Amino acid sequence: MLTDLTIAAARDGLRAKEFSAVDLTMAHLHAIEALNPRLNAFITVSHARAVDQARAADVALAAGEQRALTGIPLAIKDLFCTEGVRTTAGSKILAPFVPPYESTVTANLLRDGAVFLGKANLDEFAMGSSNMTSAYGPVENPWKRRQDDTAVLVPGGSSGGSAAAVSARLAMGATGTDTGGSIRQPASFCGLVGVKPTYGRCSRWGVVAFASSLDHPGPFARTVQDSAILLGSMAGHDPKDSTSAALAVPDFEAACRRGVKGLRIGIPREYRSDGMPVEIDALWQQGIGWLRAAGAEIVDVSLPHTRYGLATYYIVAPAEASSNLARYDGVRFGAREKGLDLRDLYERTRAEGFGAEVRRRILIGTYVLSAGYYDAYYLRAQKIRALILKDFTDAFGKVDALLAPTAPSAAFAQGENMDDPIQMYLNDLFTVPANLAGVPAASVPAGLDANGLPLGLQVIGKPFDEETVFAVSAAIEQAASFTALPSLRAGG
Amino acid sequence: MSLDHATVRRIASLARIRLEDHEVEPLCHELNGILGWIEQLNEVDITGIAPLTGAANMAASLRADVVTDGGYPDKVLANAPERIGDFYVVPKVVE
Repeated sequence: MLTDLTIAAARDGLRAKEFSAVDLTMAHLHAIEALNPRLNAFITVSHARAVDQARAADVALAAGEQRALTGIPLAIKDLFCTEGVRTTAGSKILAPFVPPYESTVTANLLRDGAVFLGKANLDEFAMGSSNMTSAYGPVENPWKRRQDDTAVLVPGGSSGGSAAAVSARLAMGATGTDTGGSIRQPASFCGLVGVKPTYGRCSRWGVVAFASSLDHPGPFARTVQDSAILLGSMAGHDPKDSTSAALAVPDFEAACRRGVKGLRIGIPREYRSDGMPVEIDALWQQGIGWLRAAGAEIVDVSLPHTRYGLATYYIVAPAEASSNLARYDGVRFGAREKGLDLRDLYERTRAEGFGAEVRRRILIGTYVLSAGYYDAYYLRAQKIRALILKDFTDAFGKVDALLAPTAPSAAFAQGENMDDPIQMYLNDLFTVPANLAGVPAASVPAGLDANGLPLGLQVIGKPFDEETVFAVSAAIEQAASFTALPSLRAGG
Repeated sequence: MSLDHATVRRIASLARIRLEDHEVEPLCHELNGILGWIEQLNEVDITGIAPLTGAANMAASLRADVVTDGGYPDKVLANAPERIGDFYVVPKVVE
Protein backbone atom coordinates (compact mmCIF):
# COMPACT_ATOMS: atom_id res chain seq x y z
CA MET A 1 0.00 0.00 0.00
CA LEU A 2 1.23 3.47 -0.87
CA THR A 3 0.12 4.69 2.56
CA ASP A 4 2.53 2.27 4.27
CA LEU A 5 5.62 3.71 2.57
CA THR A 6 8.18 5.75 4.44
CA ILE A 7 8.97 9.21 3.08
CA ALA A 8 12.39 7.94 1.99
CA ALA A 9 10.84 5.02 0.06
CA ALA A 10 8.16 7.23 -1.49
CA ARG A 11 10.87 9.64 -2.63
CA ASP A 12 12.63 6.76 -4.43
CA GLY A 13 9.36 5.46 -5.88
CA LEU A 14 8.44 8.88 -7.25
CA ARG A 15 11.87 9.29 -8.80
CA ALA A 16 11.63 5.82 -10.42
CA LYS A 17 8.11 6.68 -11.70
CA GLU A 18 6.67 3.60 -9.95
CA PHE A 19 3.68 5.79 -9.03
CA SER A 20 2.77 9.45 -9.41
CA ALA A 21 2.49 12.16 -6.78
CA VAL A 22 -1.25 12.30 -7.53
CA ASP A 23 -1.51 8.53 -6.83
CA LEU A 24 0.27 9.02 -3.54
CA THR A 25 -1.86 11.99 -2.48
CA MET A 26 -5.12 10.32 -3.56
CA ALA A 27 -4.25 7.22 -1.52
CA HIS A 28 -3.90 9.41 1.57
CA LEU A 29 -7.04 11.44 0.81
CA HIS A 30 -9.01 8.19 0.52
CA ALA A 31 -7.56 7.01 3.82
CA ILE A 32 -8.61 10.30 5.42
CA GLU A 33 -12.11 9.92 3.98
CA ALA A 34 -12.37 6.42 5.44
CA LEU A 35 -10.86 6.99 8.89
CA ASN A 36 -11.03 10.67 9.79
CA PRO A 37 -14.74 10.63 10.69
CA ARG A 38 -13.74 8.26 13.50
CA LEU A 39 -10.24 9.49 14.44
CA ASN A 40 -10.95 13.25 14.07
CA ALA A 41 -7.25 13.78 13.37
CA PHE A 42 -7.94 16.61 10.90
CA ILE A 43 -9.94 19.76 11.61
CA THR A 44 -9.74 20.84 7.96
CA VAL A 45 -8.99 18.64 4.94
CA SER A 46 -7.75 20.71 1.99
CA HIS A 47 -8.64 18.15 -0.68
CA ALA A 48 -8.61 20.33 -3.81
CA ARG A 49 -5.46 22.18 -2.80
CA ALA A 50 -3.64 18.90 -2.08
CA VAL A 51 -4.54 17.51 -5.51
CA ASP A 52 -3.31 20.73 -7.17
CA GLN A 53 -0.03 20.53 -5.25
CA ALA A 54 0.37 16.85 -6.21
CA ARG A 55 -0.21 17.69 -9.90
CA ALA A 56 2.44 20.40 -9.67
CA ALA A 57 4.78 17.84 -8.08
CA ASP A 58 4.21 15.47 -11.01
CA VAL A 59 5.03 18.26 -13.47
CA ALA A 60 8.25 18.96 -11.54
CA LEU A 61 9.15 15.26 -11.42
CA ALA A 62 8.53 14.89 -15.17
CA ALA A 63 10.97 17.77 -15.70
CA GLY A 64 13.52 15.92 -13.57
CA GLU A 65 13.18 18.36 -10.67
CA GLN A 66 12.93 16.50 -7.38
CA ARG A 67 13.44 18.39 -4.17
CA ALA A 68 13.57 17.00 -0.61
CA LEU A 69 9.79 16.51 -0.32
CA THR A 70 8.42 16.73 -3.86
CA GLY A 71 4.98 15.08 -3.84
CA ILE A 72 5.14 13.94 -0.18
CA PRO A 73 1.71 14.35 1.52
CA LEU A 74 1.88 15.83 5.03
CA ALA A 75 -0.47 16.90 7.83
CA ILE A 76 0.06 20.37 9.28
CA LYS A 77 -0.77 21.04 12.92
CA ASP A 78 -3.54 23.64 12.94
CA LEU A 79 -1.26 26.02 14.82
CA PHE A 80 0.80 26.89 11.71
CA CYS A 81 -0.72 29.72 9.69
CA THR A 82 -1.41 28.57 6.15
CA GLU A 83 -2.26 31.23 3.57
CA GLY A 84 -5.88 30.97 2.50
CA VAL A 85 -6.56 27.88 4.66
CA ARG A 86 -8.42 28.34 7.94
CA THR A 87 -6.17 28.13 11.02
CA THR A 88 -8.03 27.58 14.31
CA ALA A 89 -5.37 26.69 16.93
CA GLY A 90 -8.06 24.27 18.17
CA SER A 91 -9.98 27.24 19.57
CA LYS A 92 -13.44 28.66 19.02
CA ILE A 93 -11.95 32.14 19.14
CA LEU A 94 -10.06 31.52 15.88
CA ALA A 95 -12.90 29.61 14.17
CA PRO A 96 -13.33 32.25 11.43
CA PHE A 97 -9.60 32.98 10.96
CA VAL A 98 -8.10 32.55 7.48
CA PRO A 99 -4.45 33.70 7.54
CA PRO A 100 -3.38 36.04 4.74
CA TYR A 101 0.19 34.70 5.09
CA GLU A 102 2.14 31.43 5.34
CA SER A 103 4.27 30.47 8.36
CA THR A 104 7.99 30.18 7.64
CA VAL A 105 8.12 26.47 8.50
CA THR A 106 5.24 25.56 6.16
CA ALA A 107 6.63 27.89 3.47
CA ASN A 108 9.92 25.95 3.71
CA LEU A 109 8.05 22.65 3.29
CA LEU A 110 6.17 24.02 0.26
CA ARG A 111 9.45 25.32 -1.21
CA ASP A 112 10.70 21.72 -1.02
CA GLY A 113 7.66 20.39 -2.88
CA ALA A 114 5.49 18.99 -0.04
CA VAL A 115 1.74 18.42 -0.43
CA PHE A 116 -0.48 19.59 2.46
CA LEU A 117 -3.44 17.27 3.10
CA GLY A 118 -4.98 19.47 5.76
CA LYS A 119 -4.81 20.93 9.23
CA ALA A 120 -4.38 18.55 12.15
CA ASN A 121 -6.35 18.68 15.40
CA LEU A 122 -4.67 19.78 18.63
CA ASP A 123 -5.34 20.83 22.20
CA GLU A 124 -6.68 24.40 22.27
CA PHE A 125 -3.73 26.78 21.73
CA ALA A 126 -1.51 23.69 22.25
CA MET A 127 -2.43 23.64 25.96
CA GLY A 128 -2.93 20.02 26.94
CA SER A 129 -1.47 16.52 26.93
CA SER A 130 -4.42 14.52 25.57
CA ASN A 131 -6.04 16.53 22.75
CA MET A 132 -9.15 16.66 24.99
CA THR A 133 -9.17 20.48 25.18
CA SER A 134 -9.71 21.00 21.42
CA ALA A 135 -12.87 22.96 20.58
CA TYR A 136 -13.16 20.64 17.55
CA GLY A 137 -13.54 17.45 19.57
CA PRO A 138 -11.12 14.84 20.88
CA VAL A 139 -8.86 12.69 18.68
CA GLU A 140 -8.89 8.91 18.92
CA ASN A 141 -5.54 7.15 19.21
CA PRO A 142 -5.31 4.52 16.40
CA TRP A 143 -3.73 2.11 18.91
CA LYS A 144 -5.95 -0.16 21.05
CA ARG A 145 -5.39 -2.03 24.29
CA ARG A 146 -4.92 -5.70 23.49
CA GLN A 147 -7.24 -6.79 26.31
CA ASP A 148 -9.88 -4.10 25.77
CA ASP A 149 -10.24 -2.83 22.22
CA THR A 150 -13.38 -0.85 23.10
CA ALA A 151 -11.56 1.73 25.25
CA VAL A 152 -10.95 4.94 23.28
CA LEU A 153 -7.41 6.08 24.05
CA VAL A 154 -6.01 9.59 23.69
CA PRO A 155 -3.21 10.23 21.16
CA GLY A 156 -1.46 12.51 23.66
CA GLY A 157 -1.12 16.21 23.13
CA SER A 158 -1.00 18.83 22.23
CA SER A 159 -0.09 17.65 18.70
CA GLY A 160 -2.59 14.75 18.97
CA GLY A 161 -4.08 15.07 15.48
CA SER A 162 -0.64 15.14 13.85
CA ALA A 163 0.41 11.99 15.74
CA ALA A 164 -2.84 10.10 15.05
CA ALA A 165 -2.72 11.02 11.33
CA VAL A 166 0.85 9.75 10.82
CA SER A 167 0.27 6.66 12.96
CA ALA A 168 -2.93 5.66 11.10
CA ARG A 169 -1.25 6.25 7.71
CA LEU A 170 -3.42 9.24 6.86
CA ALA A 171 -0.23 11.26 6.24
CA MET A 172 3.43 10.33 5.67
CA GLY A 173 4.64 12.90 8.17
CA ALA A 174 3.39 15.93 10.06
CA THR A 175 4.42 19.15 11.70
CA GLY A 176 3.95 19.62 15.41
CA THR A 177 4.97 22.09 18.07
CA ASP A 178 6.50 21.22 21.42
CA THR A 179 6.20 23.70 24.31
CA GLY A 180 6.41 21.19 27.19
CA GLY A 181 6.36 17.83 25.40
CA SER A 182 3.67 18.33 22.76
CA ILE A 183 5.62 16.48 20.04
CA ARG A 184 7.49 13.89 22.09
CA GLN A 185 4.62 12.70 24.34
CA PRO A 186 2.13 12.10 21.46
CA ALA A 187 4.95 10.45 19.46
CA SER A 188 5.47 8.08 22.40
CA PHE A 189 1.69 7.42 22.73
CA CYS A 190 1.28 6.71 18.99
CA GLY A 191 4.46 4.71 18.25
CA LEU A 192 6.15 7.45 16.20
CA VAL A 193 9.38 9.37 16.02
CA GLY A 194 8.92 12.97 17.19
CA VAL A 195 11.66 15.58 17.24
CA LYS A 196 11.84 18.82 19.19
CA PRO A 197 14.90 20.58 17.75
CA THR A 198 17.02 23.19 19.51
CA TYR A 199 15.26 26.47 20.32
CA GLY A 200 15.99 28.74 17.35
CA ARG A 201 16.47 25.93 14.81
CA CYS A 202 12.94 26.24 13.35
CA SER A 203 11.35 29.65 12.92
CA ARG A 204 8.31 30.45 15.05
CA TRP A 205 7.12 33.08 12.58
CA GLY A 206 3.50 32.40 11.64
CA VAL A 207 3.03 29.78 14.36
CA VAL A 208 0.21 30.78 16.71
CA ALA A 209 2.10 31.67 19.90
CA PHE A 210 1.53 29.88 23.21
CA ALA A 211 4.71 30.49 25.26
CA SER A 212 7.26 32.15 23.01
CA SER A 213 10.43 31.20 24.92
CA LEU A 214 9.32 27.53 25.03
CA ASP A 215 7.56 26.94 21.68
CA HIS A 216 9.49 24.69 19.27
CA PRO A 217 8.18 23.57 15.86
CA GLY A 218 9.31 20.06 14.86
CA PRO A 219 8.38 16.96 12.84
CA PHE A 220 6.53 13.64 13.33
CA ALA A 221 7.36 10.63 11.17
CA ARG A 222 7.34 6.83 11.29
CA THR A 223 11.14 6.48 11.05
CA VAL A 224 14.14 8.42 12.33
CA GLN A 225 15.35 8.98 8.76
CA ASP A 226 11.97 10.43 7.72
CA SER A 227 11.99 12.80 10.70
CA ALA A 228 15.49 13.92 9.67
CA ILE A 229 14.29 14.61 6.11
CA LEU A 230 11.39 16.69 7.45
CA LEU A 231 13.47 18.66 9.95
CA GLY A 232 16.04 19.40 7.26
CA SER A 233 13.31 21.12 5.27
CA MET A 234 11.56 22.88 8.19
CA ALA A 235 14.73 24.31 9.77
CA GLY A 236 16.79 27.33 8.82
CA HIS A 237 17.48 30.93 9.71
CA ASP A 238 14.55 33.34 9.41
CA PRO A 239 15.07 37.09 9.80
CA LYS A 240 11.35 37.38 10.67
CA ASP A 241 11.92 35.52 13.99
CA SER A 242 14.44 37.40 16.13
CA THR A 243 15.19 34.19 18.09
CA SER A 244 15.92 32.19 14.94
CA ALA A 245 19.54 30.99 14.87
CA ALA A 246 21.74 32.19 12.01
CA LEU A 247 23.26 28.76 11.51
CA ALA A 248 23.48 26.51 8.47
CA VAL A 249 21.20 23.44 8.52
CA PRO A 250 23.34 20.29 8.77
CA ASP A 251 22.63 17.11 6.78
CA PHE A 252 20.40 15.45 9.40
CA GLU A 253 19.70 12.46 7.16
CA ALA A 254 23.43 11.66 6.91
CA ALA A 255 23.71 11.94 10.70
CA CYS A 256 21.26 9.01 11.07
CA ARG A 257 23.97 6.73 9.64
CA ARG A 258 26.76 7.83 11.99
CA GLY A 259 26.35 5.15 14.62
CA VAL A 260 27.05 5.60 18.33
CA LYS A 261 30.48 3.97 18.61
CA GLY A 262 32.55 5.95 21.08
CA LEU A 263 29.71 8.28 22.12
CA ARG A 264 29.22 8.92 25.81
CA ILE A 265 25.55 8.56 26.77
CA GLY A 266 24.41 10.00 30.10
CA ILE A 267 21.70 8.35 32.17
CA PRO A 268 20.12 11.05 34.34
CA ARG A 269 19.36 9.41 37.68
CA GLU A 270 16.65 11.96 38.60
CA TYR A 271 14.43 10.70 35.77
CA ARG A 272 13.81 7.54 37.77
CA SER A 273 10.64 8.59 39.59
CA ASP A 274 9.17 6.55 42.42
CA GLY A 275 5.87 5.88 40.72
CA MET A 276 7.40 4.89 37.38
CA PRO A 277 5.75 1.78 35.90
CA VAL A 278 8.08 -1.24 35.96
CA GLU A 279 7.85 -1.76 32.21
CA ILE A 280 8.96 1.79 31.44
CA ASP A 281 11.97 1.37 33.70
CA ALA A 282 12.67 -2.01 32.07
CA LEU A 283 12.48 -0.46 28.59
CA TRP A 284 14.90 2.26 29.68
CA GLN A 285 17.36 -0.39 30.92
CA GLN A 286 16.96 -2.21 27.62
CA GLY A 287 17.73 1.01 25.73
CA ILE A 288 20.88 1.43 27.81
CA GLY A 289 21.86 -2.13 26.87
CA TRP A 290 21.23 -1.49 23.16
CA LEU A 291 23.44 1.60 23.09
CA ARG A 292 26.19 -0.13 25.04
CA ALA A 293 26.07 -3.07 22.61
CA ALA A 294 26.32 -0.60 19.70
CA GLY A 295 29.57 0.76 21.12
CA ALA A 296 28.49 3.70 23.29
CA GLU A 297 29.88 4.31 26.74
CA ILE A 298 27.19 4.64 29.42
CA VAL A 299 27.74 7.30 32.10
CA ASP A 300 25.64 7.99 35.20
CA VAL A 301 24.82 11.72 35.38
CA SER A 302 22.82 14.00 37.66
CA LEU A 303 20.37 16.75 36.71
CA PRO A 304 19.53 17.79 40.26
CA HIS A 305 16.76 20.32 39.46
CA THR A 306 14.71 17.98 37.25
CA ARG A 307 11.95 17.63 39.85
CA TYR A 308 11.32 21.39 39.79
CA GLY A 309 10.96 21.56 36.01
CA LEU A 310 7.21 21.06 35.87
CA ALA A 311 6.30 23.65 38.52
CA THR A 312 8.72 26.13 36.90
CA TYR A 313 7.04 25.46 33.57
CA TYR A 314 3.60 26.11 35.06
CA ILE A 315 4.70 29.63 35.97
CA VAL A 316 6.71 30.53 32.85
CA ALA A 317 4.33 29.04 30.25
CA PRO A 318 1.08 30.57 31.61
CA ALA A 319 2.84 33.92 32.13
CA GLU A 320 3.91 34.05 28.49
CA ALA A 321 0.53 32.70 27.36
CA SER A 322 -1.40 35.37 29.26
CA SER A 323 0.58 37.98 27.37
CA ASN A 324 0.46 36.27 23.95
CA LEU A 325 -3.27 35.57 24.14
CA ALA A 326 -4.07 39.18 24.98
CA ARG A 327 -4.33 39.74 21.21
CA TYR A 328 -7.63 37.82 21.02
CA ASP A 329 -9.88 40.75 21.71
CA GLY A 330 -12.62 40.35 19.11
CA VAL A 331 -11.54 43.49 17.27
CA ARG A 332 -8.96 42.69 14.59
CA PHE A 333 -9.56 39.02 13.82
CA GLY A 334 -11.28 35.95 15.21
CA ALA A 335 -14.67 35.55 16.81
CA ARG A 336 -16.46 38.47 18.50
CA GLU A 337 -19.28 38.59 21.03
CA LYS A 338 -21.47 41.66 21.26
CA GLY A 339 -20.87 43.91 24.27
CA LEU A 340 -22.43 46.94 25.89
CA ASP A 341 -19.14 48.78 25.60
CA LEU A 342 -15.58 47.98 24.50
CA ARG A 343 -14.58 46.39 27.80
CA ASP A 344 -17.72 44.27 27.89
CA LEU A 345 -17.01 43.21 24.28
CA TYR A 346 -13.49 42.06 25.28
CA GLU A 347 -14.68 40.21 28.36
CA ARG A 348 -17.57 38.41 26.66
CA THR A 349 -15.49 37.57 23.57
CA ARG A 350 -12.74 36.00 25.68
CA ALA A 351 -15.10 34.19 28.09
CA GLU A 352 -17.01 32.71 25.15
CA GLY A 353 -14.02 32.08 22.85
CA PHE A 354 -11.56 30.38 25.23
CA GLY A 355 -12.10 26.92 26.73
CA ALA A 356 -11.67 26.08 30.43
CA GLU A 357 -7.97 25.06 30.32
CA VAL A 358 -6.95 28.14 28.33
CA ARG A 359 -8.87 30.43 30.69
CA ARG A 360 -7.22 28.72 33.67
CA ARG A 361 -3.74 29.26 32.27
CA ILE A 362 -4.40 32.88 31.33
CA LEU A 363 -5.58 33.54 34.88
CA ILE A 364 -2.55 31.81 36.46
CA GLY A 365 -0.27 33.77 34.13
CA THR A 366 -1.98 37.05 34.89
CA TYR A 367 -1.68 36.37 38.62
CA VAL A 368 2.04 35.44 38.62
CA LEU A 369 2.85 38.57 36.60
CA SER A 370 0.68 40.90 38.69
CA ALA A 371 2.07 43.58 40.99
CA GLY A 372 3.22 42.12 44.30
CA TYR A 373 3.54 38.53 43.03
CA TYR A 374 5.99 38.92 40.15
CA ASP A 375 9.12 38.36 42.28
CA ALA A 376 7.66 35.52 44.33
CA TYR A 377 6.53 33.54 41.30
CA TYR A 378 7.81 34.70 37.92
CA LEU A 379 11.27 35.93 38.88
CA ARG A 380 11.86 32.87 41.09
CA ALA A 381 10.81 30.59 38.21
CA GLN A 382 13.21 32.34 35.82
CA LYS A 383 16.05 31.76 38.29
CA ILE A 384 15.19 28.08 38.67
CA ARG A 385 15.03 27.90 34.87
CA ALA A 386 18.66 29.11 34.88
CA LEU A 387 19.54 26.28 37.30
CA ILE A 388 17.83 23.73 35.05
CA LEU A 389 19.84 24.97 32.05
CA LYS A 390 23.00 24.76 34.18
CA ASP A 391 22.15 21.11 35.01
CA PHE A 392 22.17 20.31 31.28
CA THR A 393 25.30 22.37 30.58
CA ASP A 394 27.15 20.56 33.38
CA ALA A 395 25.96 17.14 32.17
CA PHE A 396 26.97 17.91 28.58
CA GLY A 397 30.47 18.67 29.84
CA LYS A 398 30.72 14.92 30.48
CA VAL A 399 28.49 13.27 27.88
CA ASP A 400 27.37 13.65 24.24
CA ALA A 401 23.68 12.89 24.78
CA LEU A 402 21.21 11.74 27.44
CA LEU A 403 18.81 8.78 27.40
CA ALA A 404 15.55 8.84 29.41
CA PRO A 405 11.93 7.73 29.10
CA THR A 406 9.64 10.09 27.14
CA ALA A 407 6.48 9.85 29.23
CA PRO A 408 5.57 8.33 32.60
CA SER A 409 2.85 6.12 31.05
CA ALA A 410 1.50 4.69 27.81
CA ALA A 411 -1.61 6.25 26.21
CA PHE A 412 -4.52 6.55 28.65
CA ALA A 413 -8.24 6.51 27.91
CA GLN A 414 -10.38 9.55 27.15
CA GLY A 415 -11.76 10.82 30.44
CA GLU A 416 -8.80 9.62 32.51
CA ASN A 417 -6.60 12.24 34.23
CA MET A 418 -9.38 14.81 33.72
CA ASP A 419 -10.52 15.49 37.30
CA ASP A 420 -7.44 17.34 38.47
CA PRO A 421 -5.41 19.61 36.15
CA ILE A 422 -2.16 18.66 37.94
CA GLN A 423 -2.69 14.94 37.14
CA MET A 424 -2.70 15.90 33.43
CA TYR A 425 0.32 18.18 33.84
CA LEU A 426 2.39 15.27 35.25
CA ASN A 427 2.44 13.71 31.75
CA ASP A 428 5.13 16.22 30.83
CA LEU A 429 7.42 15.45 33.78
CA PHE A 430 10.26 14.09 31.60
CA THR A 431 9.79 16.34 28.58
CA VAL A 432 9.49 19.81 30.12
CA PRO A 433 13.17 20.23 31.19
CA ALA A 434 14.38 20.14 27.55
CA ASN A 435 11.95 22.97 26.71
CA LEU A 436 13.11 25.09 29.63
CA ALA A 437 16.74 24.57 28.55
CA GLY A 438 16.03 24.80 24.80
CA VAL A 439 18.08 21.65 24.06
CA PRO A 440 17.09 19.24 21.26
CA ALA A 441 15.27 16.02 22.12
CA ALA A 442 13.55 13.20 20.25
CA SER A 443 11.18 10.38 21.17
CA VAL A 444 11.75 7.04 19.45
CA PRO A 445 9.34 4.07 19.66
CA ALA A 446 11.22 1.39 21.59
CA GLY A 447 8.72 -1.21 22.76
CA LEU A 448 5.20 -2.15 23.85
CA ASP A 449 3.65 -2.31 27.30
CA ALA A 450 1.65 -5.29 28.60
CA ASN A 451 -1.44 -3.88 26.84
CA GLY A 452 0.35 -3.79 23.50
CA LEU A 453 0.65 0.00 23.54
CA PRO A 454 3.76 1.79 22.29
CA LEU A 455 6.33 3.34 24.62
CA GLY A 456 9.03 5.79 23.58
CA LEU A 457 12.55 6.50 24.75
CA GLN A 458 13.84 10.05 24.76
CA VAL A 459 17.23 11.16 23.46
CA ILE A 460 18.34 14.64 24.60
CA GLY A 461 21.30 16.40 22.97
CA LYS A 462 23.51 19.48 23.22
CA PRO A 463 22.24 22.78 21.80
CA PHE A 464 22.36 22.68 17.97
CA ASP A 465 23.65 19.12 17.99
CA GLU A 466 20.53 17.44 16.56
CA GLU A 467 22.94 15.31 14.53
CA THR A 468 23.96 13.31 17.60
CA VAL A 469 20.28 13.06 18.62
CA PHE A 470 19.54 11.54 15.19
CA ALA A 471 22.53 9.19 15.41
CA VAL A 472 21.49 7.88 18.84
CA SER A 473 17.81 7.72 17.85
CA ALA A 474 18.68 5.68 14.75
CA ALA A 475 20.72 3.26 16.87
CA ILE A 476 17.74 2.74 19.21
CA GLU A 477 15.38 2.33 16.26
CA GLN A 478 17.65 -0.31 14.74
CA ALA A 479 18.03 -2.26 17.99
CA ALA A 480 14.34 -2.02 18.92
CA SER A 481 13.17 -3.09 15.43
CA PHE A 482 9.74 -1.74 16.31
CA THR A 483 7.33 -3.28 13.79
CA ALA A 484 4.03 -3.26 15.70
CA LEU A 485 1.13 -1.56 13.92
CA PRO A 486 -1.88 0.36 15.24
CA SER A 487 -5.30 -1.33 15.00
CA LEU A 488 -6.83 1.55 13.07
CA ARG A 489 -4.88 2.35 9.92
CA ALA A 490 -5.35 2.79 6.21
CA GLY A 491 -5.98 -0.62 4.67
CA GLY A 492 -5.83 -2.23 8.13
CA MET B 1 -0.55 32.44 49.35
CA SER B 2 -4.15 31.47 48.82
CA LEU B 3 -6.53 33.21 46.46
CA ASP B 4 -9.91 34.45 47.72
CA HIS B 5 -12.94 35.18 45.58
CA ALA B 6 -12.16 38.88 45.33
CA THR B 7 -8.66 38.16 44.01
CA VAL B 8 -9.98 35.69 41.43
CA ARG B 9 -12.43 38.33 40.23
CA ARG B 10 -9.65 40.91 40.09
CA ILE B 11 -7.35 38.65 38.03
CA ALA B 12 -10.18 37.82 35.64
CA SER B 13 -10.87 41.51 35.26
CA LEU B 14 -7.17 42.20 34.54
CA ALA B 15 -7.24 39.39 31.95
CA ARG B 16 -10.51 40.75 30.48
CA ILE B 17 -12.32 37.44 30.91
CA ARG B 18 -15.93 37.69 32.07
CA LEU B 19 -16.73 35.41 35.01
CA GLU B 20 -20.25 34.38 35.99
CA ASP B 21 -20.92 34.23 39.74
CA HIS B 22 -21.20 30.44 39.76
CA GLU B 23 -17.76 30.09 38.11
CA VAL B 24 -15.82 31.89 40.84
CA GLU B 25 -15.80 29.17 43.53
CA PRO B 26 -14.70 26.21 41.34
CA LEU B 27 -12.07 28.37 39.64
CA CYS B 28 -10.81 29.57 43.02
CA HIS B 29 -10.43 25.93 44.09
CA GLU B 30 -8.57 24.92 40.89
CA LEU B 31 -6.22 27.90 40.89
CA ASN B 32 -5.38 27.36 44.57
CA GLY B 33 -4.63 23.72 43.80
CA ILE B 34 -2.16 24.71 41.09
CA LEU B 35 -0.57 27.52 43.11
CA GLY B 36 -0.27 25.23 46.13
CA TRP B 37 1.57 22.67 44.01
CA ILE B 38 3.89 25.40 42.67
CA GLU B 39 4.88 26.31 46.27
CA GLN B 40 7.46 23.48 46.08
CA LEU B 41 9.70 25.94 44.25
CA ASN B 42 10.28 27.73 47.55
CA GLU B 43 12.59 24.84 48.55
CA VAL B 44 15.13 25.84 45.91
CA ASP B 45 18.06 28.05 46.92
CA ILE B 46 18.19 30.79 44.28
CA THR B 47 20.71 33.05 46.03
CA GLY B 48 22.93 34.81 43.51
CA ILE B 49 21.28 33.19 40.45
CA ALA B 50 20.59 35.45 37.47
CA PRO B 51 17.15 34.90 35.90
CA LEU B 52 17.01 33.18 32.50
CA THR B 53 14.56 34.96 30.22
CA GLY B 54 14.82 32.79 27.13
CA ALA B 55 15.69 29.27 26.12
CA ALA B 56 18.87 30.22 24.33
CA ASN B 57 21.28 32.68 25.86
CA MET B 58 21.48 34.44 22.53
CA ALA B 59 22.14 38.09 21.86
CA ALA B 60 19.21 40.01 20.41
CA SER B 61 19.58 40.31 16.66
CA LEU B 62 19.62 43.78 15.16
CA ARG B 63 18.33 44.97 11.82
CA ALA B 64 18.03 48.28 10.01
CA ASP B 65 15.10 50.37 11.24
CA VAL B 66 13.26 50.48 7.94
CA VAL B 67 9.79 49.51 6.73
CA THR B 68 9.98 46.00 5.24
CA ASP B 69 6.33 45.10 4.88
CA GLY B 70 2.85 46.53 4.53
CA GLY B 71 0.78 48.49 2.06
CA TYR B 72 -2.11 46.05 1.80
CA PRO B 73 -4.96 47.18 4.06
CA ASP B 74 -7.40 44.67 2.55
CA LYS B 75 -5.22 41.73 3.61
CA VAL B 76 -4.77 43.21 7.07
CA LEU B 77 -8.49 43.83 7.48
CA ALA B 78 -9.64 40.61 5.80
CA ASN B 79 -10.31 38.91 9.16
CA ALA B 80 -11.94 41.87 10.92
CA PRO B 81 -15.20 40.87 12.64
CA GLU B 82 -16.57 44.28 11.63
CA ARG B 83 -15.09 47.00 9.43
CA ILE B 84 -16.03 50.23 7.68
CA GLY B 85 -13.65 51.09 4.86
CA ASP B 86 -10.11 50.68 6.16
CA PHE B 87 -11.16 50.84 9.84
CA TYR B 88 -12.01 48.30 12.50
CA VAL B 89 -15.36 48.96 14.14
CA VAL B 90 -15.73 48.85 17.93
CA PRO B 91 -18.45 50.04 20.32
CA LYS B 92 -18.39 53.79 20.92
CA VAL B 93 -15.47 54.67 23.26
CA VAL B 94 -15.66 58.49 23.41
CA GLU B 95 -18.98 60.24 23.98
